[in-house]
Amino acid sequence: MYFVALILLSQDICIVPVTTDAILFSVLAAAAIVTSVLMIIQRNPVMSAIYLIANFFCLAALYLLLRAQLLAVLQVVVYAGAIMVLVVFVIMLLNLGDEQKLAERINVRMMIGVALAFGILLEFLYLFLSPALEGSALEAPVNLGSIGTVESMGVALFEKYLLPFEITSLLLLVAIVGAVTLAKKQS
Amino acid sequence: MSVPLPYFLGLSAVLFVIGAAGVLTRRNAIVVFMCIELMLNSVNLTLVAFSTFLGDMSGQALVFFVMAVAAAEAAVGLAIVIAVFRNRQTVNIDEINILKW
Repeated sequence: MYFVALILLSQDICIVPVTTDAILFSVLAAAAIVTSVLMIIQRNPVMSAIYLIANFFCLAALYLLLRAQLLAVLQVVVYAGAIMVLVVFVIMLLNLGDEQKLAERINVRMMIGVALAFGILLEFLYLFLSPALEGSALEAPVNLGSIGTVESMGVALFEKYLLPFEITSLLLLVAIVGAVTLAKKQS
Repeated sequence: MSVPLPYFLGLSAVLFVIGAAGVLTRRNAIVVFMCIELMLNSVNLTLVAFSTFLGDMSGQALVFFVMAVAAAEAAVGLAIVIAVFRNRQTVNIDEINILKW
């Protein structure tokens, strides 16, 4: 349904030839949407986490499709690796079991939430698929050059964005100290 | 690259909205947390798509910083969840309402 809507909305903007890239994109996009929907309808938090990890792998493959090699690797290592291990560890540590299942049932607030989310979706699709976006950005670049390689990423991070990069290390230090302080037992 | 930019933007919009729906409907704090990660990822996809299509590395550098902030947020957020669970024995965000009003 998503693809039908997307094709209907964008048919005047572009015509997509069936190529390897297009097939890969379709499969990965469908997999990403299915896993994310399964993630939010699962009652068991561990299953949600597993579907989110699958979703992260789909996004990493999409990054590869966009020639962002380093970010694809970082997506798997940082998101699917570090962050999700932390989440699964906390789920196991708190031993959240069946008592959470009873708390979630369909009610008015849930329906309002889904309706609001659908409203945002319509806004986004209107914005992203509107003719206002038409321009140089819509045409696929002919020469991708060195976009996304480790080298160009390093040049961007250590020349143009050196100060934000250093501040990131400070942020991580603060986060480590904060996490330890918050989670330790009060004596 | 034969897939046009609006397809990537549309996919990221759909993923963002699924994450937002999860945040609005789920009551388990950890699942809400994972939905926020999903929303961050969909924005990352937008940034990477624009970066590739415009031939500019700034978008990918920004994604790098988003990942670092997401890691910090995960560590602190889960520590807060553990601290709250220790005091209240629940992660249901309807019952954690001491800061309401």
